Amino acid sequence: MAVFILRRLSQSVVLVLVMSMLVFLGVFAIGDPINTLVAPDATEEERQAIVVHFGLDKPLYEQYGRFLGNALRGDLGRSFKFNEPALALIAQRVPATLELAFASLLLTVVLGIPLGLYAGFRPNARSSRLIMGVSAFGFSVPAFWLGLMMVMLFSVFLGWLPASGRGTTVAILGIPVSFLTWDGLKHMILPVINLAAFKLSLIIRLTRAGTQEVVMSDYVKYAKAKGLRNGRIVLVHVLKNTLIPITTVLGLEFGRTIAFAVVTETIFAWPGMGKLIIDSISVLDRPVIVAYLMLIVVMFIVINLVVDIIYSTLDPRMRLEDQR
Amino acid sequence: MSAGSNLSVEGLRTHFFTKAGVVKAVDDVSFSLAPGEVMGLVGESGSGKSVTGFSLLGLVDAPGKVVGGRILFKGQDLAAMSDEQRRRMRGSRMAAIFQDPLMTLNPVLRIETQMVETILAHQALPRAEARKRSIAALERVGIPAAEERLSAYPHQFSGGMRQRVCIAIALLNDPDLIIADEPTTALDVTIQAQILHEMRALCAGSGTSLIWITHDLSVVAGLADKICVMYAGRIVERGDVDEVLDRPLHPYTRGLIASLPSRSERGQALYQIPGMTPSLLGLGEGCAFRDRCPRADASCLDSPPERVVSEGRTCRCFHPHEGEPS
Ligand SMILES: Nc1ncnc2c1ncn2[C@@H]1O[C@H](COP(=O)(O)OP(=O)(O)OP(=O)(O)O)[C@@H](O)[C@H]1O
Ligand code: SF4
Ligand SMILES: [Mg+2]
Repeated sequence: MAVFILRRLSQSVVLVLVMSMLVFLGVFAIGDPINTLVAPDATEEERQAIVVHFGLDKPLYEQYGRFLGNALRGDLGRSFKFNEPALALIAQRVPATLELAFASLLLTVVLGIPLGLYAGFRPNARSSRLIMGVSAFGFSVPAFWLGLMMVMLFSVFLGWLPASGRGTTVAILGIPVSFLTWDGLKHMILPVINLAAFKLSLIIRLTRAGTQEVVMSDYVKYAKAKGLRNGRIVLVHVLKNTLIPITTVLGLEFGRTIAFAVVTETIFAWPGMGKLIIDSISVLDRPVIVAYLMLIVVMFIVINLVVDIIYSTLDPRMRLEDQR
Repeated sequence: MSAGSNLSVEGLRTHFFTKAGVVKAVDDVSFSLAPGEVMGLVGESGSGKSVTGFSLLGLVDAPGKVVGGRILFKGQDLAAMSDEQRRRMRGSRMAAIFQDPLMTLNPVLRIETQMVETILAHQALPRAEARKRSIAALERVGIPAAEERLSAYPHQFSGGMRQRVCIAIALLNDPDLIIADEPTTALDVTIQAQILHEMRALCAGSGTSLIWITHDLSVVAGLADKICVMYAGRIVERGDVDEVLDRPLHPYTRGLIASLPSRSERGQALYQIPGMTPSLLGLGEGCAFRDRCPRADASCLDSPPERVVSEGRTCRCFHPHEGEPS
């Protein structure tokens, strides 16, 4: 296991390096940030001073080298716009995004797996058909449309739920969170549902398909032939096997949720990373964009590693010790 | 049926109600088994052997249904039992072993889990006690280092060892009947013979009846006390194993015996019964074997009834061979 993790980490270093080049090149290609940095009435000298200050006059490889050198020291540059370290700027926004992401993941697991199991065991029941119909809807409807509709219905017409912001937050270990106050929770409901809709539908379908396959398997028939009670067959023999593919998908979906929280955060004015990155792109705040993208790369690497570890504990045939 | 019988099956019918029509997978099957007796259930693929076994276990899945007959197990009518009573029967009084242990053992659970749960499903015991019994069962079927192997997963055993694990699981609750559905087909011949031999000894020692399902007549020849030859959902011939093999009455049984490799001269092509197994879907009246039977005539357009030849010996044919040796 330790060998596996070490090897994986060394591969990750290479991956991060390659990604950093791509990200740097890509951001460079978006456009020249100079016009957004310089006031329109600035003189030519002032303009030059700013270009030199940010190193924008240097050739690309030199800019990249400088970026890499600084990055190794934990410095991903300063935001052009806020004149704050890019990393710190993002770090302030991370908790809000993570809070939404974890809440939607929790909702997905707690609701999606039981519903999928049920629909898998009783595929012909009317309630199963209803579950599948609703999940088909959640699967195909775009996030922004669903978000806007929910705002219209629950905030504008019914006035039940707030449509923007985090509400009242309290700090745990200095990190502000919404879920511990009633007001904060109310603010979370719509964005969490919006963020979970697709995942939830996906997990329901996946669990159902997995269950139907496992139920037909010889080992479930054998479990019945051993006289096991139904509860045990479902919770141990069926669930443990269906969880294997679900874990993988959940892991990847979790990464996607964080990376693509942009839409939901924009609709609900949720002050997370997604909103920051949209603002940064619109003013070509290069360091923030680069720092954000690098953070996402690292996050995906970590998630994949965690998924592999969970995967191997669930499926003994994939035990990491066995692999060379 | 005789008072000493463990299991007696009378006129069992299990049909599958598919969209394309009714499949009479088991159609009027009768036999009985005494304690400690070994019965071979032989027939080609699709003849209804497995469905017979599942019917006894009460595990026929939709669209299948037991539609007729009576199963008396230790004097009790299984049809009269509730689902819960039948569950308690399965895995304790009536155990099963299936063909491919790699498919039947759950790949993600330790052997220990899969053994202990089988005990705890039927009696309230401390876990440690159930574990001890599991180790004893593994030792009984000849698995070395049983205690260590308990924490292994199915994929960490060889094919033969895996099947021994399944046998150990079947023996855990001292059943009165074991239904073994082609349990050695996936194994190589020497291991097959070894396992058969051990199974027989284990069952004889405990008075457990054994139904050994196979498509290979030679497997049961040296092992079983009785034999049932199944064709298209029906038992076409049944009786003492030596009698049936030495003096087969039914043309199909004869064909099966003639096609055994040991019967043919060296270098001579193996005999094969002409034609193919008929589809059970919408099988009409008449003897299902008539398209392949050398003795068929117009009378075979009717279904031959099961005729009792002597005590425990039956045949379903209008023109049986009259006891000439095979
Ligand atoms: N779920 C099902 N739906 C429809 N028909 C079925 C179903 N299960 C079994 N049958 C039918 O029942 C018949 C008997 O099947 P069974 O599995 O008992 O054969 P078998 O003698 O065990 O053959 P094999 O040697 O291949 O295991 C087959 O012809 C098959 O078409
Ligand atoms: S009943 Fe007729 S067709 Fe059927 S086995 Fe006997 S002789 Fe052959
Ligand atoms: Mg079969």
